[in-house]
Amino acid sequence: MQTSNLNLRELELKANDIRESIISMLLAAGSGHTAGPLGMADVFTALYFDLMRHDVTNPSWSDRDRLILSNGHICPVLYATMAHAGYFPVEELQTLRQFGSRLQGHPHREFLPMVETSSGPLGSGLSQAVGMALADRMDHGITSEKYFYCLLGDGELNEGNNWEAIMLAGKEKLRNLIAIVDRNNIQIDGYTEDIMPLNDLSKKWEAFNWHVQEIDGNNISAVIDAVHKAQAVFEKPSVIIARTIPGKGVREFERKFEWHGKAPNKEEANMALDELRTLGGKIKSEHK
Amino acid sequence: MLNSDLKLNTKIFADDCEQAPIRKGFGEGLAMVGETNKSIVALSADLTESTQMHLFKNKFPERFVEIGVAEQNLATVSAGMAAMGKYPFFSSYAMFSPGRNWEQVRTTICYNDVPAVIVGSHAGISVGPDGGTHQAVEDIALMRVLPRMTVISPCDSIQAKKATLALGANPRIAYLRLAREKTPIITTEDTPFELGKGQILYRPDGIAHVAIIATGGLVANALRAIKDLEKRGIKAIVANIHTIKPIDTELLIALARETKAIVTVEEHQIAGGLGSTVAEVLAQSVPTAIEFVGVHDVFGQSGTPNQLIEHYGMGRDGIVTAVTKLLERKV
Repeated sequence: MQTSNLNLRELELKANDIRESIISMLLAAGSGHTAGPLGMADVFTALYFDLMRHDVTNPSWSDRDRLILSNGHICPVLYATMAHAGYFPVEELQTLRQFGSRLQGHPHREFLPMVETSSGPLGSGLSQAVGMALADRMDHGITSEKYFYCLLGDGELNEGNNWEAIMLAGKEKLRNLIAIVDRNNIQIDGYTEDIMPLNDLSKKWEAFNWHVQEIDGNNISAVIDAVHKAQAVFEKPSVIIARTIPGKGVREFERKFEWHGKAPNKEEANMALDELRTLGGKIKSEHK
Repeated sequence: MLNSDLKLNTKIFADDCEQAPIRKGFGEGLAMVGETNKSIVALSADLTESTQMHLFKNKFPERFVEIGVAEQNLATVSAGMAAMGKYPFFSSYAMFSPGRNWEQVRTTICYNDVPAVIVGSHAGISVGPDGGTHQAVEDIALMRVLPRMTVISPCDSIQAKKATLALGANPRIAYLRLAREKTPIITTEDTPFELGKGQILYRPDGIAHVAIIATGGLVANALRAIKDLEKRGIKAIVANIHTIKPIDTELLIALARETKAIVTVEEHQIAGGLGSTVAEVLAQSVPTAIEFVGVHDVFGQSGTPNQLIEHYGMGRDGIVTAVTKLLERKV
C-alpha cells in the first residue's frame, strides 16, 4: 500500500498540476470535456493522494480500494490524476483520444487495465459499484477493510439505472460504498435544474436509506473530512454531494455549461495554463 | 433413423413422450454446478421461481441476490460482482433481460470483458396467453451481434441442464435462452453435449433431399415433421443447433454440400436469428437454397402455445410447407 503523506497545501498544488495536465491533454486531443474534469480535480486529488488505499506498483492488488468512475466523460481528470500518482508517464496524457492510445475517449478497462470499469454510457457505474461491494461482502463479511468509491455526475442522475442501484444499496446497507456526486449543476444542454430538475438531492438519497453529506467539493480538506465521516457510518451506504464549480481554476470557463463538452483551442488553453501556472495571478509565470 | 451415437430418447415420436419445460433443466443444472464452482452467484429480478433459480437460492442463499424488478440493475450489479471475481448467472424473462438491458450487457459485461451468463427464460412465442409484450422473438439477434458473446438455445430440459453445467464449469460471457412451456424430451442423460457442436439427430436411409436445422423447443417439431415429409416421399436430415454462436460451421457446410437444401427452424424473428446465422455461413462457403421457418417480422399475441406456433407457421405443417416450397425451388 502506498500513502503520499502530502499536506493540505501540497495537495492543493497537486490539484493545480492535475488541472494543467487536463488543459494540455484536451488541447492535444482537440476534443473532450473540460468543465467536469476541472471541477473534480480536488476530489480526485483527495482520493488518490490521501484517502484511497492503492499501490501504483501493483495496480491489481486485490485488497485495494476501488474507484468506479460512472460519468466516464470526465476521464481527463482520472487519467491526469493517475499519471501524477505514478500509474503511467505524464507524457502519455498527450495521447488522449488518439488512435492506438490507452487513453480512450471514454475509459476502457481492456486498454487500461488499472481502471476498474469501462464507462461512458451514463447511469451504470453505481450499480457496478454495488455489485462489487456485494461480492466483497460475500467474501470478507461486513467488516471488510475495502472501500468502494463511485463518482457520478449530477446530470447523470437523470438515468433510471442509478435509482435502481440507489434502492438496492439502501436495501443491502452497504456500509463500505461511498458515492460522490459531482453537483456542478450543468449538463450538455444547459443547467441541470432546467433540463431535468433534481431539486433537493439530499432528501432523495435520504429517502432511499443513504447517509448524506453536502460539501464544498472544491475544498480538499472538506472532501477528506466528509469521506472520513462516511467511513464512520456503519449501518448504511454514504453519499457525498460535492458542490463543485464546473471549470474550476480557470475563471473564463467557470460555471458555463458551454464548457461541458468541448475542448479549449490553443488560445484558450494558453490563457487557462497561464492562469493555473500563476495560481490565478498570485505568482509570476515562468512559462511565458 | 435416430442417431444412435447420441443415445436419444427413443420415445420422441410417441404420443406419450415425456415432456418438461426447458427452463427446469437450467434450474437443476445451476444448483448442481454451484457445488463445484463456488464463484457462481445468482441474481434474479423478482422472477426467481419462474426462471427456476429458486433451486440455487434454496441451496446457496448466501450466494443469491434479489434485485427486484430492475433489469438494468440486474445486468450491471452482475458486472460489478464479476469484476470482483464472481461468476454471475442472472435471470429474468428474455423480453426484459436481455430485451431491456441490452446496452448494459454490451458495455458493462461484453466491453468490460467480465464473465456472466444472461439467462433469458420465457423466450419465444410459446409464452402464450401473456401476449406479444412478453414474447421475446428478437433476443438471439440482440445477443449474437455482441462481441465475446456465446449464444445457447437448448432443445430440451436435459440439454438445458448440460448446457448450464458446461457454462458453469468454464466461465465466459453467454446468453442462455430458455422456454416456459413443457416440450418433448429429445435427449437423454447419456446424450453427449459439447458447446459449439451441432448434432445430427436424424438421418434417413438413402439420399437426403433436405436438411432441417432447428434450435430450441422447435427441434421436436422438426423431428415430428419427418413422418409427414416421408409420406410425401421427402427424406430429411434433422440437426439440432444448441449453440448459435459460435456456430458449428463445419456441420453447416457438410449438410449444405450433402443436401443442397436447408430449412432453418426457430421460435424467433427470421431476421438475425439462427436462419440468418446459417445463411451468413453458407453464403460465404457453399451458397445454398434456404427456407426460414420463424416469425416473419410481426409481433405475437395471446393464445395457447400450440395455437400460436401453428398460426405463425412454426408447427409440423409449417415446416412441411417450407420444405416442399424449398424443394420446388431447388429444382
